Amino acid sequence: MGSYALRRLLGLIPTLLLVVTLVFFLVRLAPGGPFDAERAAPPEVIAALEAKYNLDAPLGEQYFRFLGDLLKGDLGYSFKYPGRTVNEIIALSLPVSMTLGFWAMIVALTFGIPLGMIGAIRQNTWKDTTAMAVAMLGISIPRFVLAPLLVLWLSLGLYLFPVARWETWRHMVLPVICAALPTMAYVARLTRGGMLEVIHADYIRTARAKGLAERQVVIRHALRGGLLPVVSFLGPGFSALLVGSLVIEQIFSIPGMGRYFVEAAQNRDYTIVMGVTLVYGTLLMVLNAVVDMAYAWLDPRVKLS
Amino acid sequence: MSEAVADDVAVPEAESGSSLWRDAWRRLKKNRAAVVSAVILAMMILGCVLVPVLGSHDYASQDLALGATAPSGEHWMGTDPLGRDIMARVFLGGRVSFAVGVIATLVSFAIGVTWGGVAGYFGGRVDSAMMRVVDVLYTFPFLILVILLQVFFANKDGTFHHLFQGIIGPLVEDAADPSWFPVFQICFVFAALGGISWLTMARIVRGQVIALREQPFVEAARSIGVGHAAIIFRHLLPNALGPIIVYTTLTIPQIMLTEAFLSFLGMGTQEPLSSWGLLAAKGAEVMELYPWMLVFPAVMLALTLFCFNFLGDGLRDALDPRIRKD
Repeated sequence: MGSYALRRLLGLIPTLLLVVTLVFFLVRLAPGGPFDAERAAPPEVIAALEAKYNLDAPLGEQYFRFLGDLLKGDLGYSFKYPGRTVNEIIALSLPVSMTLGFWAMIVALTFGIPLGMIGAIRQNTWKDTTAMAVAMLGISIPRFVLAPLLVLWLSLGLYLFPVARWETWRHMVLPVICAALPTMAYVARLTRGGMLEVIHADYIRTARAKGLAERQVVIRHALRGGLLPVVSFLGPGFSALLVGSLVIEQIFSIPGMGRYFVEAAQNRDYTIVMGVTLVYGTLLMVLNAVVDMAYAWLDPRVKLS
Repeated sequence: MSEAVADDVAVPEAESGSSLWRDAWRRLKKNRAAVVSAVILAMMILGCVLVPVLGSHDYASQDLALGATAPSGEHWMGTDPLGRDIMARVFLGGRVSFAVGVIATLVSFAIGVTWGGVAGYFGGRVDSAMMRVVDVLYTFPFLILVILLQVFFANKDGTFHHLFQGIIGPLVEDAADPSWFPVFQICFVFAALGGISWLTMARIVRGQVIALREQPFVEAARSIGVGHAAIIFRHLLPNALGPIIVYTTLTIPQIMLTEAFLSFLGMGTQEPLSSWGLLAAKGAEVMELYPWMLVFPAVMLALTLFCFNFLGDGLRDALDPRIRKD
């Protein structure tokens, strides 16, 4: 298991390098530069700025210098926030995005799994239809519609929660709900599908036959087997939460990483774009790898090799 | 299965039994939620086809003197601050949203089914190489790349734009006409979304093909000299259609939602064209002043996604051969 984990994580490095290289050349070959402005600066100023950030060197040299710095864990300075390093910006914004994603995932699992269980146990009854309808509302309403509606209703109508920013737990409620709903829908659907697959399996019949209470059969046996698809969804699901938080961070003015990403791409802030892509890419890949390992641990039939 | 014996022993199995498809159809018809969904979707598509043709308003013509008005007898869904008829824009937006969903799904369908079919059929080294590619692409942050590409190349003097003029130049009278650019942008969104979503399809198809390829009917086909391509496309894939159909039905709403997400970030459909995502994003900005600008596109989008998802789940239940006959 340990050696598998190591091999799997090492295997991510080439992919990550590919992503980084692609983005590196993409941002530099794209039209527009970081120092374009409404009122063009004198060429000497631009030349000085480019020299300062090492943008005047040939592309190949820039690339290898970037890789060298990357190995040392140094992502350089932002162009648009002078004096701030990308490391600093990420260190401040990543925890915010992760917290949002984490709580959203918790909420999604807490509500999604029971909804899916109801659907599976009461298959093809009105309870099933209702549970699935509730879950599917989550993937049918875009977040950017849901968020303003919730704000209008709960913040401006009932004064329950603040409209924006990221300070106390009360600030977190609305963004977490908005982020969680689509994920909840997937979790509910996967739980239902997964449980339906195992609910007619022989080992469930055995469990019933040996006289276990229905409750035990469902929770100890059917749910464990039925949760496998949910587990394999956790990795992609969490990455979808992170990417999806681009919208939520914008709407609720949360100082997370998603906001920096769009902004930096528009401003041609190369170093931040590289940094954020790197962090997103690494997160997504590591999560997927971890999920594969968790899968093997849950399902004795799966062998890692 | 057992009731056939008790009921009528004389009728041969082939006549009393029903095919997978007829069974599935019967089960689907009994699933009221799925049937209602299918009917609503059909009406929605019909509306998107007909309303822009029959409607008396144009989606792009402005009436600044009129401005934003609430729904009325003249403008059933009201108008936006530029005096454009919301109803015309909503139904045109529906065309765009459906087109994005369907075309991108077809792209993902074509790539995914072929890739998964070939990998599963040949197995061994071909399979592990092809699936390795899928695994690597799975971890690739595509949406991030699509956003980057859109930001960098949506520029009027950009490479993207020149590429566009090169492609569309021979096809239209005046390639420099800026109104063509949004069309090209949408095509990019099609391709990008289709390119993202074929991976899961490839995995599903591969699994199905692996399960089927040792079956006697494949061996029979091979023994009479049927070629590899024909075995994959004529014999294996038709038998794997169930899961493929289900996944396709579920991909369409996913892609429509991603298009809406890109439109919200300003990287999907561009004005003066419209899509449900774009209209809802614009409407959400002014929902306190002009709620009708949000309500109509958002309800249409949500209803469509809802129905696609319900239909997909209904199809899954109906096509699952493991479900006992009832």
